[in-house]
Amino acid sequence: MEVLLSFLVGGLFAVGVYLMLRPHLIQFLIGFLVVGNAANLLIFTAGRLGSQFPPLVPPGGELLEPIANPLPQALILTAIVIGFGLAAFGIVLFFRAQQELGTLNGEAMPEQFETAPLPSLVDEPQTPQERVPA
Amino acid sequence: MIGAVLIAFLGALLAPWVERNLKQANWVLALLPLGLTIYFASLLPAVLEGAPLRHSVDWVPTLGVRLSFYLDGLSLLFALLICGIGTFIVIYSGGYLKGHPDLGRFYLIILLFMASMLGLVLADHFVTLFVMWELTSLTSYLLIGFNHREFRSRRAALQALLVTAGGGLALLAGLILLSGMAGTPYLSELPALQQHPLYLSALVLVLLGAFTKSAQFPFHFWLPNAMEAPTPVSAYLHSATMVKAGVYLLARLQPSLGSSEVWSSVLMAFGLVTLLTGATLTFRHTDLKRLLAYSTVAALGALVFAIGLVPLTSYYGAVGFATFLLAHSLYKGGLFMAAGAVDHEAGTRDIHQLSGLFRVMPITGVAVGLAALSLAGLPPVLGFIGKEVLYMASLQAAPAWMVGLAVLGFAVGATLATLLVVPFFRGQPPEGVHEGSPSLWLGPLVLAGLGLLVGLFPGLYNPLADAVASAVKGKAVEYHLKLWPGFNLALLLSLLTVLLGLGLYFLYPRLWAWMATDPLPGPENAYNALLRGLMRLAVGLARLLQNGSLRAYLVWTFAGLVGLVGLALLPKGLAWPQGAAPLKPALGLLVGLMLLGALAALRLRSHLGMVVVVGIVGAGVALLFLLQNAPDLAITQFLVETLTAILIALVLLQIPRLGRVPPGRPLDKLVALAFGGLITLLMLHMLGQPIAPHLSRFFAEKSLPEGFGQNIVNVILVDFRGLDTFGEIAVVGLAGLGVYALLRRRKEEH
Repeated sequence: MEVLLSFLVGGLFAVGVYLMLRPHLIQFLIGFLVVGNAANLLIFTAGRLGSQFPPLVPPGGELLEPIANPLPQALILTAIVIGFGLAAFGIVLFFRAQQELGTLNGEAMPEQFETAPLPSLVDEPQTPQERVPA
Repeated sequence: MIGAVLIAFLGALLAPWVERNLKQANWVLALLPLGLTIYFASLLPAVLEGAPLRHSVDWVPTLGVRLSFYLDGLSLLFALLICGIGTFIVIYSGGYLKGHPDLGRFYLIILLFMASMLGLVLADHFVTLFVMWELTSLTSYLLIGFNHREFRSRRAALQALLVTAGGGLALLAGLILLSGMAGTPYLSELPALQQHPLYLSALVLVLLGAFTKSAQFPFHFWLPNAMEAPTPVSAYLHSATMVKAGVYLLARLQPSLGSSEVWSSVLMAFGLVTLLTGATLTFRHTDLKRLLAYSTVAALGALVFAIGLVPLTSYYGAVGFATFLLAHSLYKGGLFMAAGAVDHEAGTRDIHQLSGLFRVMPITGVAVGLAALSLAGLPPVLGFIGKEVLYMASLQAAPAWMVGLAVLGFAVGATLATLLVVPFFRGQPPEGVHEGSPSLWLGPLVLAGLGLLVGLFPGLYNPLADAVASAVKGKAVEYHLKLWPGFNLALLLSLLTVLLGLGLYFLYPRLWAWMATDPLPGPENAYNALLRGLMRLAVGLARLLQNGSLRAYLVWTFAGLVGLVGLALLPKGLAWPQGAAPLKPALGLLVGLMLLGALAALRLRSHLGMVVVVGIVGAGVALLFLLQNAPDLAITQFLVETLTAILIALVLLQIPRLGRVPPGRPLDKLVALAFGGLITLLMLHMLGQPIAPHLSRFFAEKSLPEGFGQNIVNVILVDFRGLDTFGEIAVVGLAGLGVYALLRRRKEEH
């Protein structure tokens, strides 16, 4: 069981990473969601499978064995919710990018910042613009 | 003693306030160094009786670091110089920088420097020493760059900082090594370490620190460049105090590191080369401050040469060091301040343009004359005595050719002294130039006067000189300082020095015309090339790694992970999970479906298709949770997947179809496959390790009795790890705020 899931998680990571590397941001988003799900599965599998009962305490207080590992479940619950927050923010961000820039192709987006040459630490500035204004 | 250092630091912090509220702030502020001078002078009798003082308090007790101070003859001489000259420097600054808008800041930094320097020469614990050492580098950086709107000031400040702080790093390593070798962090307790196997390593590191700080060849270039600083700074830091920190350290460590062949030969060689470098480069300049700076380089070389001679000579080396150190500090501090005063009044520092100054600036003229006598090494001033003893030391222990070179180096001092004095007496005085305010001539006059006083009555300095020499030598030294030692070989050498110096003076115009034409290649070129290369490397790295392409970042990240984690995993070999759960057919089907769905995403162009793919993977994970006894996860996952799908669908409807997408690149496929494969291998490896169940067990057992909940996962979230959940709520809340802000801005624009 765990071996099968290892291959599933690996496969999902491969697909997700490949999609994240594609130029279009929608593909990036889909890849990102796939990777998120795969990561949750990884943590889940790390807690081991093969339980018979969910992590609940029966009214008597006596634990039923074998019980599912509650710790990874708690961690994943947090991860799912945070992942959703991030995904929602990403979706809206890309939506706005489409409206502002007219494209979601990451490679076609216009350069928004230009790289100014670094000031030299040893050579005197040639042009007055490079001087610090008094 | 600790109180004195603390008062110096606190007083410095008050300086800007004093400057703002008092008219003659310099005279008031000078009371601080003056008071400290008097305090240290009051300690003279105790120290001269041969009982060094030690004070210490806990600083970082957990690391065994103590703020520990030690006062013997050597420290006391430096403390007196720092506070005494500091007094006149503060007074002088008020006159020199009168009306400067940043004068308050200037007082603050220069007094902070004074406090750090004081801490440095009094430090006993090596951590204290190092911290103070770096503080002097930092304050020096701020002072050289005081005119920070000028590029040249900034460049000179950075150069001084990089050279001295770079050496400081070597010094830190050296000090750590030394304290490890000696088994004590206290400098005053260091034993003789010449026989230790690590001796050479520690020596090289310490020398790097000392040579950079004291501007020894090949690190001498930063000192003349530091003349971009306002003159009070040059007079204080770059002649009398900071540049002597390296010399101080060498003198302090002489008893434990000296007495070896390496020590003497290295110090004598570098000292002599520095002396000659400073002397030679003097002929390239006509600017008063630059001339004095190169003469300082030469003097520092002479001092290092003298320390190298200490173990080889009976006592001449140590006494020569003690005497020449005081003589140089007095005449050089005075000459610098006088040069600044001339610049301030006459508007130039070029010796070719100055003339007849004595008639209009008689007091400064007297000071310059006395100081120049000391610089030239003529009687009856202290410089003469210092040079005589140094000559005696060289004659006793150095080979003849070294003595010859030393004479040549000192001869240039005589030449420079002549060059400095001539503008005062030759030619017509310039129009409208007159003597500056008392604050400008008081310092030069007193310092030069002291040189004359001690020269005439060397007995005044004799006890302290003996104490300094004893500290440097490592055993008690008694020597009778005399102005007139009688006819001997050293006197003959002095005569030769003066004659040679005068000869060089007459050759000076020709030497200058010959040497000042081209920029000389030197170690500074290496420094420049290093910095340019560093910047090019930074730009290249930024272009490579921060090129603005998301894809490039991801490829670097994923490929890097594969490389690094793979490298760590490789030697462990493959592991196969032990005692894995049996395969369920329903789960097998689900896994196949999810993989198929994911693979379909690679080919799809339509947005709706993509929503479906996300749904398949998400719902598959949820079903898997359900089948594996994780009902909470399954419910949450279904909820979130539904919401995500709705969100994507809403947004995607507004975005045109993908259209033509370029085919996937082989590199991308390779990276993705490698990363997926790595994850699978990692998981298999992890599953092969035993699991530690105690935390899960703890949560399961304590859930009902202590958390009062039957759902263990819920109790973990809201109780055992409640703070985590609180943070999670904050993250989701912030994401919601971000979404709101992004959408609202759109509305406002329309």
